[in-house]
Amino acid sequence: MGIEYMGAWQIVLGVVWRFWPVWLALVVVLGASFTYKKKLGLYGQLFDSSVGIAGVAICFFWLFTAIFAATIAPFDPISQIAVMKDALPGAIEPASGVPYLFGGDKLARDVFSRMVYGSQIVLIIAPAATAFAIMVGVTLGLPAGYYGGRIDSVLSFLANLVLAFPVILLFYLLVTPGIMDTPIPYGLAGLFFLFPIIFFTTLFWTRFKDRPDRLYVTLGLTLVIGFWVYAGLVFNADPLGIVSIEPNQLNIFVAVVFASSPGVFRIVRGLVMDIKTRDYVAAAQTRGESPWYIMLWEILPNARGPLIVDACLRIGYTTILLGTLGYFGLGLAPESPDWGTAIKDASRLLRSFIHPALPPTFALMSFVLGLNLLADALREQSMKD
Amino acid sequence: MIGFILRRLGTMALTMLCLTLVVFFLINLEPNLKKLAISQTEMRTTADQLENWLQRNGYRQNFFVRYGQWLGVWPKQPNIDPATGQSVPRFVFCNEASEPTFSGILQGDFGCSTKFKNTVASKLFPALGATGILMFWVMVTMVPIALLIGILAGMREGTRMDRTLSVASIATTATPEYVSGIIFTVIFASWLGWLNGSAASATSTGITFYNFTLPVMTMAVYGIGYIARMTRASMVEVMTQQYIRTARLKGLSFSSVVIKHALRNALIAPFTVIMLQFPWLLTGVVIVETMFRYQGFGYTLVEAAGNNDIDLLLGCSLISVLIVLMTQLISDVGYAYLNPRIRVQ
Repeated sequence: MGIEYMGAWQIVLGVVWRFWPVWLALVVVLGASFTYKKKLGLYGQLFDSSVGIAGVAICFFWLFTAIFAATIAPFDPISQIAVMKDALPGAIEPASGVPYLFGGDKLARDVFSRMVYGSQIVLIIAPAATAFAIMVGVTLGLPAGYYGGRIDSVLSFLANLVLAFPVILLFYLLVTPGIMDTPIPYGLAGLFFLFPIIFFTTLFWTRFKDRPDRLYVTLGLTLVIGFWVYAGLVFNADPLGIVSIEPNQLNIFVAVVFASSPGVFRIVRGLVMDIKTRDYVAAAQTRGESPWYIMLWEILPNARGPLIVDACLRIGYTTILLGTLGYFGLGLAPESPDWGTAIKDASRLLRSFIHPALPPTFALMSFVLGLNLLADALREQSMKD
Repeated sequence: MIGFILRRLGTMALTMLCLTLVVFFLINLEPNLKKLAISQTEMRTTADQLENWLQRNGYRQNFFVRYGQWLGVWPKQPNIDPATGQSVPRFVFCNEASEPTFSGILQGDFGCSTKFKNTVASKLFPALGATGILMFWVMVTMVPIALLIGILAGMREGTRMDRTLSVASIATTATPEYVSGIIFTVIFASWLGWLNGSAASATSTGITFYNFTLPVMTMAVYGIGYIARMTRASMVEVMTQQYIRTARLKGLSFSSVVIKHALRNALIAPFTVIMLQFPWLLTGVVIVETMFRYQGFGYTLVEAAGNNDIDLLLGCSLISVLIVLMTQLISDVGYAYLNPRIRVQ
């Protein structure tokens, strides 16, 4: 039984056509943002430079790809259709007549669908892990920079300790199948996931201490949502069964947060040491505000510019880290469609087939490039002010 | 200055002690020991035999005693065969003293590699040498190109050349080694056939342009963007200084202002960045050596970690941590030395 192939132009058109929900969403969102850019603050200012537009467009492209993955991908990312083993790009699957746009890999899976589904894994883990790393870094960096002294020495020593660890070694020690039998990942997860709860509790407590009506609502919400998610993630015991995470994904998550939070800590500490000499901080101190109020409501909002830029770069870096984990086959399941694992599988067979290697590499590269362009445009904008 | 360096060395020693303790703890977790015992004994051994193997080879001693033995502050006991009363070395491929001796890192004994069936030292140091050659070529290509791009982009801020070079350097920071490695292999090895997609022959028959260009190129590209951007930022800042304007107003040509006045001051910041690149290159080394099958330090680290080779992995982590800390120290001292404002204080 011969397999029919499409021509190069048909492949290009086919790929463009498969992404139709993404184009539609992009047109709507970018059009709306461009029309109302004057009212959108920092985000609107991004549309003033071509670098900014490119960055936003690429990031949204992958975001919408992840959201509409089920519509875009014609095949299941894990199911195998034996005829299509190592099929070249544009091979038409005989049973359904639907083409393997980017060909099939050595296990006869559709490379295009795997790339599309891979974006889901990357776009969930990378931003979420970065968010947790920022929470940890901010919650520890604020007191270290503000109080200085012994707290600063101890926390800085610990941060430097983690930073002196070569990332790859850390992953080899922390993300192994064996470690799931020990309580270490759960202990670390329990520690890291406490930080958002501590952060928001302190945030609302310092602000609404004297206004019980607001305090009870915000604190109650924080604690209920916080511990609900906490129970689901750390103990896998969500009473409603909505929040859950695979043990190996938890392990990756913890390792990534562990590797990148000291970097955030250093940046926050440096910013706080700079900002705490300003007049408005002295004014707040004279008013008799509590130290944590000053840190969270006077210093932190004024440190947001560099932190937003850093967050963009850090999501990109986390994506690269996830790819590294996938490339070494650490943590993620072997059949997982994420880009790093796909790159690893394809790179072993590069001598015979190159087509399975290219889609995930370009996907990863373009997503990180989009984030870096976004960060660059944001930095340019914040320098103008 | 001496006091500063001594204090830094003290912190370094403490950091190394803490880190090796953490690594020692993580490597010696129960599942890892089990894995080692299974791989070192024959197939289909019972749980009792595994336990017996661990017991016999001293893996069941107190954690701190074992750490002390590895470090060389606690004597290593000889392994006595209960049947004959004679001392037998734990691993046939390593010499071991027949009476209690202090023999650890401090005495220069790195232990025994269970994977390569040899002493760690005989495996680790040749691998380090091989990686040193790779690193040398990476630095030789990466640093001049990156500085050139940064200076060209930064000397006239906002021009088309600046924008093109800046976007190009952002693009290279977005391509990690495992991405650029594949793209380069596809272009230069599979498609054009100019270069060899594997550096395995570099270990056996020596380094040639044909087998060594791809690994060097792959590693250099990821670093170029970052150094270039730092150089550009520093160059842009220097070019707005008053003394540059004075030099221009004196009637000096633009090129001589850039070369004689701006360059020296603009290269202080990138020096720190280049030094701090070393630890980052370490991850790159691991990826590139695995991808191109070059038997260096990174390859050894992956083999050690994959086979739970305790002594070898400890040796690898000790060396990588040492490299990271040394480069931090050198970058601090060098920065103070290069920057006249700090030097005077």
